[in-house]
Amino acid sequence: MKSNLKVFLKGIIDVSPLMIPVVPFGLIFGVLAIDVGFTPIETMAMSLIIFGGASQIVLLQLFSGGASSLVIISSVGAVNSRHLLYGAVISEHLSDLKLIWKIIISYFLIDQAFAISNEYLKKNKDHNRYFHLVGGGATCWVIWQSTTFLGIILGAAIPEKLGLSFAVPLTFLALLVNDFRKFINVIVIIISGLVATFGYNYIPFKAYVIVAALAGLFTAMILTRKNKKA
Amino acid sequence: MSNWALILYCGLITYLTRFSMIALIKKEMFNDRIREILSFVPSAIFPAIIFPAIFINERGLFEIDDNPKILAAIIAMFIGIFSRSIVATIFSGLASYWFLIFVV
Repeated sequence: MKSNLKVFLKGIIDVSPLMIPVVPFGLIFGVLAIDVGFTPIETMAMSLIIFGGASQIVLLQLFSGGASSLVIISSVGAVNSRHLLYGAVISEHLSDLKLIWKIIISYFLIDQAFAISNEYLKKNKDHNRYFHLVGGGATCWVIWQSTTFLGIILGAAIPEKLGLSFAVPLTFLALLVNDFRKFINVIVIIISGLVATFGYNYIPFKAYVIVAALAGLFTAMILTRKNKKA
Repeated sequence: MSNWALILYCGLITYLTRFSMIALIKKEMFNDRIREILSFVPSAIFPAIIFPAIFINERGLFEIDDNPKILAAIIAMFIGIFSRSIVATIFSGLASYWFLIFVV
């Protein structure tokens, strides 16, 4: 069995490529938050307390659009409902842990760390394999806090024309490269993408993410049913 | 509601979505069928973030004409399929996007 530190470091190394787009994303968040009227302290607190890029951007978008607090909070909840699925996937590997570890790891259960550690956890059965998730999550934490801070300071010095926000969908695209080769996954990807795109303006509270994800999972359920009987 | 209360509530709800399943689900609840379906979670969620970010513009409108993100994403996807590299996928996508908006 590898030492805890080695597994932790492996998590850092594995998640590193995914941190490249987090840099512009964090900068953009810092700039935008100040732009829509949050103070630097509040902006920093958002990254520390919420620690979720998608939630924070949704918060800003709706806040600047004058949405009520109730709408903002429920929208953040809807955007975050994907974490319920991440948690369900990961929980199998964490079920033997003490509650305190579950509390700590939950804070680090972000998209990038989930994507990378999910692969690792599936292949490794060592008792300390969860350190991989902590390593990935902690790396993202450091990058997210420091880029938020830089965004607050640099502010308008970052040209909007670079279209750096496009780096966000590219990250998620990059996370699917292995799935583009599998037929059922491709169908699931297309269904989820279409539901999200066309539901974007019609599904309230930004719940299009979870509606699309459930449509995708339902599709996967139907398409894989044959395997079970065979 | 003050900004601080808003931030705290948003933080709380974000944390609870992360923690609840980890806290509630027991190992015994898993079987091969559930594992198989859960293995599709990335394929089911990530497109819901990718597609709107590409096809829907800042004003919330569907945009298919004159949208360099579509071609850039397609190029990134093919580079990704052939290279299987996360870094190559992200950089090829950004590079093609910048090429399309600044050069073409």
